[in-house]
Amino acid sequence: MTFTLKELPYEKTALEPFISAKTLEFHYGKHHQAYVNNLNNLIVGTEFENETSLEEIIKKSKGGIFNNAAQVWNHSFYWNQFCKEGKKKPEGKLLSLIEDAFGSFEKFVEEFNKASATLFGSGWSWLVLNGEGKLEITQESNAGNPMTSGLKPLLTCDVWEHAYYIDYQNKRPDYIANFWEILDWSVIENRL
Amino acid sequence: MKTKENKNIKSFSRTLKFVSSYVVVAMIMISVNGQSINNKKNKTMEVLKNKISDLVFYELPYSYDALEPHFDKMTMEIHYSKHHKAYYDNLMAAMKDSPKAGVSLLELMQNISQYPVGVRNNGGGYFNHHLFWNILSGSPQKAPQGKLKDAIEKDFGSFEAFKEEFENAAKTRFGSGWAWLSLGKDGKLFVSSTPNQDNPFMDVAEKQGYPIMGIDVWEHAYYLKFQNRRPEYVGTYWNVVDWKKVEELYEIALNFK
Repeated sequence: MTFTLKELPYEKTALEPFISAKTLEFHYGKHHQAYVNNLNNLIVGTEFENETSLEEIIKKSKGGIFNNAAQVWNHSFYWNQFCKEGKKKPEGKLLSLIEDAFGSFEKFVEEFNKASATLFGSGWSWLVLNGEGKLEITQESNAGNPMTSGLKPLLTCDVWEHAYYIDYQNKRPDYIANFWEILDWSVIENRL
Repeated sequence: MKTKENKNIKSFSRTLKFVSSYVVVAMIMISVNGQSINNKKNKTMEVLKNKISDLVFYELPYSYDALEPHFDKMTMEIHYSKHHKAYYDNLMAAMKDSPKAGVSLLELMQNISQYPVGVRNNGGGYFNHHLFWNILSGSPQKAPQGKLKDAIEKDFGSFEAFKEEFENAAKTRFGSGWAWLSLGKDGKLFVSSTPNQDNPFMDVAEKQGYPIMGIDVWEHAYYLKFQNRRPEYVGTYWNVVDWKKVEELYEIALNFK
């Protein structure tokens, strides 16, 4: 089937000043769109041509098809967790899972920031739920997605340079610090 | 009102200007001459022999705006003074108390699989950028000549065929990395690409050889000017590659034992 680029759930200016409209113009309008286009072109004539589930393609494919399918999914997942004025902190079940795994919300933030800062090159840092029902932080290079290791993604930070270079240039730590300002924790709670 | 004294002062200052401009011209000639003597031997690869503990953060061989309008000043400044500098600083910090701080940069890279990943990333980042800066120029020789031209035609069919293969390697490297032209142990030139800050000297590289030319395809190398248009950046690269420098590195690679 032909995949389409899902609409952004907010205006391109909604995440300013933390992520600029110009960044969204390129990151969503060019990069994310290109992954969708590439995927549609690459699956023609393959076993994935009639596959309707992006997740299935991600779990079964390799190489270019995997890279583009996973990047389509990762970016939608990334956009959907942001909001102009979202819920600032987790509550209830998610908060207690965070406290169980990391000690406190603050310690979780610290660990997640470290994962985002130390991922070398292009990739994504993730908060995931493992098979035992516990939370973990993981790093994935390039298009990597924790689903392929049987983990359930809850939250992600894109640390490809294109995610922050227009706004922050080499200062990835500033982007990582501001990332928390635009999260909507009600979306993340619902992913549990 | 002009007085005779004023005229004398003016004439004296004209003489002074004439003499001083002559001195400046003479100094430029001496320095150009000196430089041409120094440049008879390309020093880019001398860094390979240096002990890790003795490595220095070399000056950029030209000003930040020297590659305009192809590579912009702001990108060059951040790329050199922030990214490259961070690789250097991190490498030195990682190797500071290491028993291996006395090995050469070349030995380090050739045995990089035995080192922590931070040394691989920053050691590669240090060397790769050093090589990159030194093959670029604002007034480049636009195509290879002589021995290198012959070798490219022999190993790739034509200069155009080589360019196409190199561009393809640079455009299709997914994520961060580099594309390279290297001399293999079999004496043939080859094009390859490596992820992140790896390079063909490293024992982890799929195909190993002596790199004589490379292009940085990390997004930081082009995002401020080209954003998502990596192919445009790769096309622009040909305007600043100085084939004179690449020829010199090819000569060094041929004599490398």
